[in-house]
Amino acid sequence: MSGPGAGQGPPTRRHRSAARDIERYTALFASRTRVMKSSAMRDLMALTEQPEVISLAGGWPDTSTFPPDSYAALMSMVASQSCSRALQYGPTDGLGLVKRCITEVMLAEGIEVDPDELLVTTGGQQVIDLVCKTLLDPGDVVVCEAPTYPGAVPAFCAYEADVVQVTMDRDGMRVDELRRVLDELDAAGRRPKFIYTVPTFHNPAGVTLSLERRHELVEIATERELIVLEDNPYGLLRYEGSPLPPLRALGDEFVIYASTFSKILSPGVRLGWAAAPGPVLEKMNIGKQASDLCSSSISQYFVGAYFESRPWEEYVRSLIEIYRRRRDVMLDALAEHFPREATWTHPEGGLFIWATLPDYIDTTDLLARALDENVAFVPGRAAFLDGRGGSSLRLNFSGVAEAEIREGIRRLGEVVSEQVALYGTLTGSRPARQPAAPEPRRPAVPAAPEPRRQAVSGEAPPVAGERLADVLRLPRKRA
Amino acid sequence: MLRIAVLKGGRSLERQVSLRSGARVQDALERLGHRVTAIDVGADLVQRLREAEPEIAFIALHGRDGEDGTVQELLEAMGIVYTGSGVSACIRAADKVLAKHAMRDRGIPTPEFYAFSETAFRALGAAEALPAIEERLSFPIVVKPAAQGSALGIKFARSPADVPQALVAAFSYDRKVLLERYVRGRDLAVSVLEDAGAPRALPVVEAVPVGRDEQPFYDFEARYEIGRTRFDCPAELDEETSGRAAELALAVYSLLGCSGFARVDLMLDAQDGELYVLEADTVPGLTETSLLPQAADAAGIDFDGLVDRVLAAAMATR
Repeated sequence: MSGPGAGQGPPTRRHRSAARDIERYTALFASRTRVMKSSAMRDLMALTEQPEVISLAGGWPDTSTFPPDSYAALMSMVASQSCSRALQYGPTDGLGLVKRCITEVMLAEGIEVDPDELLVTTGGQQVIDLVCKTLLDPGDVVVCEAPTYPGAVPAFCAYEADVVQVTMDRDGMRVDELRRVLDELDAAGRRPKFIYTVPTFHNPAGVTLSLERRHELVEIATERELIVLEDNPYGLLRYEGSPLPPLRALGDEFVIYASTFSKILSPGVRLGWAAAPGPVLEKMNIGKQASDLCSSSISQYFVGAYFESRPWEEYVRSLIEIYRRRRDVMLDALAEHFPREATWTHPEGGLFIWATLPDYIDTTDLLARALDENVAFVPGRAAFLDGRGGSSLRLNFSGVAEAEIREGIRRLGEVVSEQVALYGTLTGSRPARQPAAPEPRRPAVPAAPEPRRQAVSGEAPPVAGERLADVLRLPRKRA
Repeated sequence: MLRIAVLKGGRSLERQVSLRSGARVQDALERLGHRVTAIDVGADLVQRLREAEPEIAFIALHGRDGEDGTVQELLEAMGIVYTGSGVSACIRAADKVLAKHAMRDRGIPTPEFYAFSETAFRALGAAEALPAIEERLSFPIVVKPAAQGSALGIKFARSPADVPQALVAAFSYDRKVLLERYVRGRDLAVSVLEDAGAPRALPVVEAVPVGRDEQPFYDFEARYEIGRTRFDCPAELDEETSGRAAELALAVYSLLGCSGFARVDLMLDAQDGELYVLEADTVPGLTETSLLPQAADAAGIDFDGLVDRVLAAAMATR
């Protein structure tokens, strides 16, 4: 990167010729690195970080509301009370004081947990990594939702999992399809190692697994002795409706529960946790030793001080107020500016809305066009490993101010409408194809939205004739 | 020793690639003993150039603005010498439609094509002409934006039903798109480097996708990811074919009025054994996996030598 004095320092890279460079490194790379996430998507996403771009692509909570004074006071408390310990290594499974905070948070979610069942991790992301590390041999099957959390994809890929994605609808993962998939796998003599799910306020789909399906899922896991990795980073960010019990509260034998302080306090502390059956936890602990010995002691003392200094729920409540308004603004803007060929989910909480466009629009290409208008989102393909999702996109409302959400969706709506119209022109007078999901019509008054909900299917049926061979074939089935 | 501004980054879709090209160029120039200021091109470009007061600007930008004559025009206006092709050559090469017309007029073989603006479809009913075009080009047809450097936005249409969707995708990148006959065959690139005042064709590079037989096309990902593509340089070609490839590359280089360096992409048709020129790139990639540095390497010119020659060619024009 450029910057003052960029040219003054000594050369940072040793020089070697290009052809030899390639030869040298190719031989060194593990075969699993060949199937990592695409560089095309990465290159496009890099542009979303430009300052002039309204980025609805992030997954960021809004940390600007955290008072700097409180931060300073907490850090000085850590300095005065626990300086040497905060600067020291800690136990791999985490400090007792943080585990006490975690039991409080989990209780608020409806789960009673023993501190011994907890592993403090470096963000919730590390739980996904450690579960993969602990359970997966190359080629092992992992079942997850379609779409799935885009951040889990690199983990599945790195451990060379064979990922099977199960369709979702407005009630979350379709458990009937899950049963079918498991039966098929069973018939083929394959047993998945675990089922990865974000049951509450799904990232990216924005839907929540119904109570009935929660019971069913836990039942399936217990019956078949399969582990469910329940990823629940957003559960406390509910903007409407009544809370549903986490899977872990319905049965803890085969559920690994993952959560994080990222969304209720700060992603900057990089602290999450896992609650898991003892033998699994033990193996994860060994895996964590290899990864980072322990999570940051400074962060753990900071969290401890924070929970001691005030009721932690207050800040969460303030975040809920902010995010609820932002979600509503985004839903209104979508109703106002998106063409009627589009559908989207209505999340009761969390950070994301998942929109699906007519199947002839490729959202990776659309992103290039949207960047011209300085607005960005995550193309749906990022959430699939099997090539689906090409017409969908993920929109984040938590990290962007209301006025920007309005403007961003307006610009995006314009670009989408433009493409819908162009397709109409190209196919003659035929009306644009309708998407797969049945949908109520757009309300006349966008201020009181009864938003169209969508089934979160992977993709609409293909256009007549063969499907396009996508040049940007980002995800591959074999992770 | 020269004061040199390396221009990199910018807002084009190839920003990341450009940052990597730029970083390598910067290192090479420093090793060559120059004083380098790296500029990530943005709204403050003019101001930063005024502050840096470079004797020459090394353009390591790819895609829009950096490769289409925009930045070159700005440097002309500021009276700053710069590397590579001038404004008019950049305009001609960056627009595949202009370049292909120029080639066709000159009798340089390029795959048959038709190009349309969005207006042609919106206001002139060009969609009506699609069946005739499809018949002329026969499937599969390559649909691509006129002005995108990498493989972004390039689609294959295998049947008439694919065409509208492919056009919508291509129009995401540019207001003008082309439909082109697909040449099945080998993917070749000839880089041209000015050496002691004369353009010289470097050994032919062939890009061979590794372990992806289903992929008929050298895609954007493979182009920049080590280990995804095998590069054969010099490509295994008979003498006549590699001579012809060099000849065509030099002809395109001079036809478009390029200077300093360029890369010309060709296809060797598996059926008739003919070479077809796809396009010319006036600021070829300079990353670890880029084709020009590999070709130079095969010709015994290391990266520093390559950068030095591009610089010398530009200085000679002042």
